Amino acid sequence: MIAYRGKRSAMAPNQIWGLKMKVSITVNGKEHHGDVEPRTLLVHYIREVIGLTGTNVGCDTSSCGACTIHMNGEAVKSCTILAVQADGASVTTIEGLARDGVMHPMQTAFMENHGLQCGYCTPGMVMAAIGLLNENPKPTEEEVRMGLEGNLCRCTGYHNIVKSVLAAASAK
Amino acid sequence: MAGSILGNRVLRKEDPKFLTSGGKYIEDLNDEPLFAGALHVTYVRSTVAHAKLTKIDLSDCKASPGVVAVFTAQDLGLEEEPSNFNPAAKRAHLAIGKVRWVGELIAAVITERPDQGEDAIERAVIEYETLEPLTDVEKAMNSKTLIYEECGTNIVMGTVEMGMPDNTGDELFKDCEVVVKGRFMNQRVAPCPLEARGSAATWLDGRLHQWISTQHAQGVRNDVAKANKIDAEKIRIITPDVGGGFGAKISAYSEELLLGNIAKHVGKPVRWRETRSESMISLGHGRAQLQYITIGGTKAGRVTAYQLNAIQDSGGWVDVGTVLAPFMTRPMSQGVYDIEKMECRTTSVVTNTAPIVAYRGAGRPEATAAIERAIDLFAAEIGKDPAEVRRINLIPKFMETHKTKIGHTYDVGDYGAALEKAMTVAKYSEARAEQAERRKRGDKVQLGIGVSVYVEITGGVDPMQEHAKITILPNGRAVVYTGTSPHGQGHVTSWAMIASSETGIDIADIDVVWGDTDLVPSGGGTMGSRSLQQGGAAVQKVSIELVDEARKLAAQLLEANESDIVLDKSTGAFHVAGTPSISKSWSDVAKAANAKSGMSHDGIFVANSATFPFGAHIAIVEVDTETGQVKHRRHIACDDAGKVVNPLILDGQIHGGIAQGTAQALLEEFRYDSDGNPLTTNFADYTFISAVELPSIEVVHMETPTFVNPLGAKGIGESGTIGSTPAVQSAVIDALLHLGVRHIDMPTTPERVWSAIANASA
Repeated sequence: MIAYRGKRSAMAPNQIWGLKMKVSITVNGKEHHGDVEPRTLLVHYIREVIGLTGTNVGCDTSSCGACTIHMNGEAVKSCTILAVQADGASVTTIEGLARDGVMHPMQTAFMENHGLQCGYCTPGMVMAAIGLLNENPKPTEEEVRMGLEGNLCRCTGYHNIVKSVLAAASAK
Repeated sequence: MAGSILGNRVLRKEDPKFLTSGGKYIEDLNDEPLFAGALHVTYVRSTVAHAKLTKIDLSDCKASPGVVAVFTAQDLGLEEEPSNFNPAAKRAHLAIGKVRWVGELIAAVITERPDQGEDAIERAVIEYETLEPLTDVEKAMNSKTLIYEECGTNIVMGTVEMGMPDNTGDELFKDCEVVVKGRFMNQRVAPCPLEARGSAATWLDGRLHQWISTQHAQGVRNDVAKANKIDAEKIRIITPDVGGGFGAKISAYSEELLLGNIAKHVGKPVRWRETRSESMISLGHGRAQLQYITIGGTKAGRVTAYQLNAIQDSGGWVDVGTVLAPFMTRPMSQGVYDIEKMECRTTSVVTNTAPIVAYRGAGRPEATAAIERAIDLFAAEIGKDPAEVRRINLIPKFMETHKTKIGHTYDVGDYGAALEKAMTVAKYSEARAEQAERRKRGDKVQLGIGVSVYVEITGGVDPMQEHAKITILPNGRAVVYTGTSPHGQGHVTSWAMIASSETGIDIADIDVVWGDTDLVPSGGGTMGSRSLQQGGAAVQKVSIELVDEARKLAAQLLEANESDIVLDKSTGAFHVAGTPSISKSWSDVAKAANAKSGMSHDGIFVANSATFPFGAHIAIVEVDTETGQVKHRRHIACDDAGKVVNPLILDGQIHGGIAQGTAQALLEEFRYDSDGNPLTTNFADYTFISAVELPSIEVVHMETPTFVNPLGAKGIGESGTIGSTPAVQSAVIDALLHLGVRHIDMPTTPERVWSAIANASA
């Protein structure tokens, strides 16, 4: 009979607590100033400090892409970036896409092609899809599938997501 | 719009919100005033699969920053409670004395912030005295080590134990010219809704208010009542947007059932959310059924006898997965075939792994996979085309009920037509010709064609009924209250379409309410592909009855005979037949009923019976014989779900189901090592299917209405999963048939495919 003991963490949490760093991040055109712990992820800063909850967290390994946003115009997974790394950056989230109540063409394409069901992956998927077309405005179906490999969806089987992205590309 | 809105491709009403600001999932409810000052719950989980708990020391944990309280089972006054499905098996929501799988809850840590909880649980000291871990279902079945001692065995349910006839072994096949046997592992998979679980609880004026990411608020209310030992009326369950469920979010789990008790102890609201790694080991898993099949018949291709012996892994608790084998797999074991001699025995066995629950298809994909693989083995043995063997053995078309040998009564079926339609679109004979050429040339990349024909049971969970209410507000807008619980299925749109088609009110002016037990006290939730055929039918029924009531009020307002009043559905106005210029609107009628609250009507639609959707899937794959890599090239799906309300949503359900079926066939498996340590605990290790592994789906429509409900609708939520899994698996094997490969267990990973080729040619 072997007795196991639960493991203790190497560093007491209070050693890293209390330390705060100043950041200035522009989110959807509005500048936000704040003090954040160095370990704060950008996604947590967006959701919990700024209060924009459209960006979701679906995993803890940077695999699912539900947290995809745009940072300085590029699609990134906001769970792989520390808030302090985004200091000085310009960030766009799903809430920042529509203009004067008119949806972005990618949002419209997702609606018209039933590119979403439960909606949880959707904000990240839309942001990734826009990023994909920014890099490759006229992708093939294969290229869309490859381009969205880092964004997981459990509901749609991707069929209508791919269709949405291709529709948005051909509408350009 | 001319004619009924039903059957049209209507875009979803719910989408603009999801696309612009995102859904409001439980973690997004930061503005909820009842959550103010909420504390966070983090659970200490077992790191050992099977052990006696000798010591739980939380003193260091309690001293961790931000910790407000720590609780063991004793601290919360918990007792062991019997399973709903086998009362001899008992456990408490926090482990007492023993742990039975990695991830089982041992203690709760309450902190001011969630991250403090994550840090604090690392400082809990748990001492275990390990017991023999049982992860293999056959080993567990025969082991003297017992997971629930009071059961006296690890077999917690079985058809024979329940008094159903046992399998007779080889005796059943004594008249057969050809007999083939097989052993298939329908592997354990993780449901993986993209939103992990979350819940929040608070007490208000003696009532427990609990928010939860669930598929069935009313069922959860009853579970929460039991856990808190209070009446269901003292509980309000509220369902925010739910980021997927797939069966795994039907019932509440210990993590959620403890929150009311914890909130009471700390005197504050509490919130809990799990990480993905926690979700992978503690949200129930699916499938996990070991199958032994024997199939026999004539050399000409007629199947005359089939026997299935299914051993269901229940995991570490006697949860719903235990009952799926006898009540879902067994009834569907005969599939679409006319077989003279049928036998099916199921045995459910506990192991030291995460509990098995319902997962998209829940018992039917297992039944279909078993018989479809069996038919393929039989076809290979007699050297006939698998589609031809199916043609020979399909139950002929029936438009009134058909009773199978295993003892189930299907509603309507035309299996042959579904197969022919799918084969036509697939260009089946051309694909076979290409396959023959590649074989002849000895190509490195071979072509495989998989065929499956299935029937499944939907809306088959008692009670086969649903509740709905429709209210017309004084402003003329309608509110539909439903006992179903959408989490991606688009009920807001479909229920509005159904109500609109009866009332003439524009779907933009119809709201749909669900999942709040104070607003919708009774309901069966969304599971088992029941929603449209029962929930939708209920919306239709109350809408029709409401129109009848409104006609009476309109007659009074128009000073006319009720029998002369008609509802013009194109305008949503009541008038005397022949004089449409003088009319009363829904608003007029609602105000006449009650100037403040408008008019309401509620009722229950009773289905009395399940429905049996069916279809045929053909998968065409390429297999690289040097690397074992599989590429899914084409997937043709003909799924007959009866009358279609919204083809947009129907297709979406089919696509999603096929992705999950393909995922099981090609990629996904939740694995444990022999000590019961989970090996695939996150999305980096668990090969969740992505867009790259899937082709676009070729959906072939077919509508054979059922007589079970006035909509003529059958379920579609799970068909894709059921039809696709064996089609894709069989396609992989079919590509290698000429090399002597007869079977590869799922997932057909490159390693397994490569090994199968190596073994066959050795």
